[in-house]
Amino acid sequence: MITVTDLHKSFGSNEVLKGISNKIEEKEVVCVIGASGSGKSTFLRCLNALEEITSGNITISGEDLTNPSIDINQMRSKVGMVFQHFNLFPHKTVLENITLGPLKVKKETKEQANERARALLDKVGLKDKEDAYPKSLSGGQKQRVAISRALAMNPEVMLFDEPTSALDPELVGEVLSVMKDLAEEGMTMVVVTHEMGFAREVGDRVIFIDEGAVVEEGPPEDIFHNPQSERLKSFLGKIL
Amino acid sequence: MDYIIGVTPYLIKGIQLTFIITVIGVFIGFIIGTFAGMGRLAKNKFVFWISTIYVEVIRGTPILVQILFLYFGVSDLLNLDLDKISASIIAIAINAGAYVAEIVRGGIQAIDKGQTEAGRSVGLTSAQTMRYIVWPQAFKQIIPPLGNQFIISLKDTSLFSAIAVHELLYMGKQYAASTFTYFEPYLMVGIFYLIITIPSSIILRKVERRLDV
Repeated sequence: MITVTDLHKSFGSNEVLKGISNKIEEKEVVCVIGASGSGKSTFLRCLNALEEITSGNITISGEDLTNPSIDINQMRSKVGMVFQHFNLFPHKTVLENITLGPLKVKKETKEQANERARALLDKVGLKDKEDAYPKSLSGGQKQRVAISRALAMNPEVMLFDEPTSALDPELVGEVLSVMKDLAEEGMTMVVVTHEMGFAREVGDRVIFIDEGAVVEEGPPEDIFHNPQSERLKSFLGKIL
Repeated sequence: MDYIIGVTPYLIKGIQLTFIITVIGVFIGFIIGTFAGMGRLAKNKFVFWISTIYVEVIRGTPILVQILFLYFGVSDLLNLDLDKISASIIAIAINAGAYVAEIVRGGIQAIDKGQTEAGRSVGLTSAQTMRYIVWPQAFKQIIPPLGNQFIISLKDTSLFSAIAVHELLYMGKQYAASTFTYFEPYLMVGIFYLIITIPSSIILRKVERRLDV
């Protein structure tokens, strides 16, 4: 589904990603963990070309993201992205937030787009909020709308960039449960997260990134119960 | 008192022209400024430099010099038969455009980068992201400074008395010179400017409150 080969990314002289290679299979749920500043968010942002990569290669469904002749907008519409700070459009209602992409990128009719948006809102438990503006929603509700917005494009893969880090603790659960449902439906997901419980329960594979490189990866049981490297041991020691 | 009553019809004529020049000029200036402001943020080097040079040159020179240069200098050089009112409107448009450009640039830059990223990540092009996401939000932010620019430009039109445009100050000046009275006409000129600027400020504040910016 996604193949990353020797990915390097520098900001000026600061090399943030130092050669990451990985393969993400269809329907796989991959959780990316690591300390702040380890490069895990940058890695995720490279996957939908929000960051321009310095060198290396990324292919999504066989299409090369670094090929300058591909239609990057078309490509991005196949990759859903959920941000830490939601990034909902404050001047649009919940329904408009969700339908903007389908209307403008996929050229769906208003009826089609609205119908699909309502179905998604129903699914994330926000059926009655379609006319609300984002500022009247709680953080958990905002993030569920943001997930619906990404899903409305029928993406082949969903990327989550610390989706619960900006939430009050009591709101984390509602977002994680939506993500869990999504995983169970077979969505391919890459989740950068600090929620180790989620990684353990829902993740098929956990990748531990430190200082811009993959230090260790494997099934959650191995990563959490039988860490091999010192760096992962010390990271888990700090957070668990 | 007689002079106050005497000067009023002249000033009513003058203020109409002042108002027309300002409204048309600022409107065109807003269009110029929108493009120049976005040009200041463009990746394209040529667009960036054209916009930047325009803004810096206009902001760096007095509007009085600009109007004299346009009305006498440019029209002479190109052999244009530019009438005073058109010259005034063009001068206000070009002048306000430079300031509007900076207002627009600031307004766009104030929008969180996450908004653009969210737009791009659902597959919108950068032009669509600008049009549907960034611009509507930026526009709210720039309304107050834009209103401010309207008031500044309105007052700037008084400088066009230098090329004998029959705007508000010129009309007052003419009356003063013909009657050899100075206190009342200039007092009234000031009051007439306030008749437009104070309500403008009040309207502006109301709009701001409604937009809750």
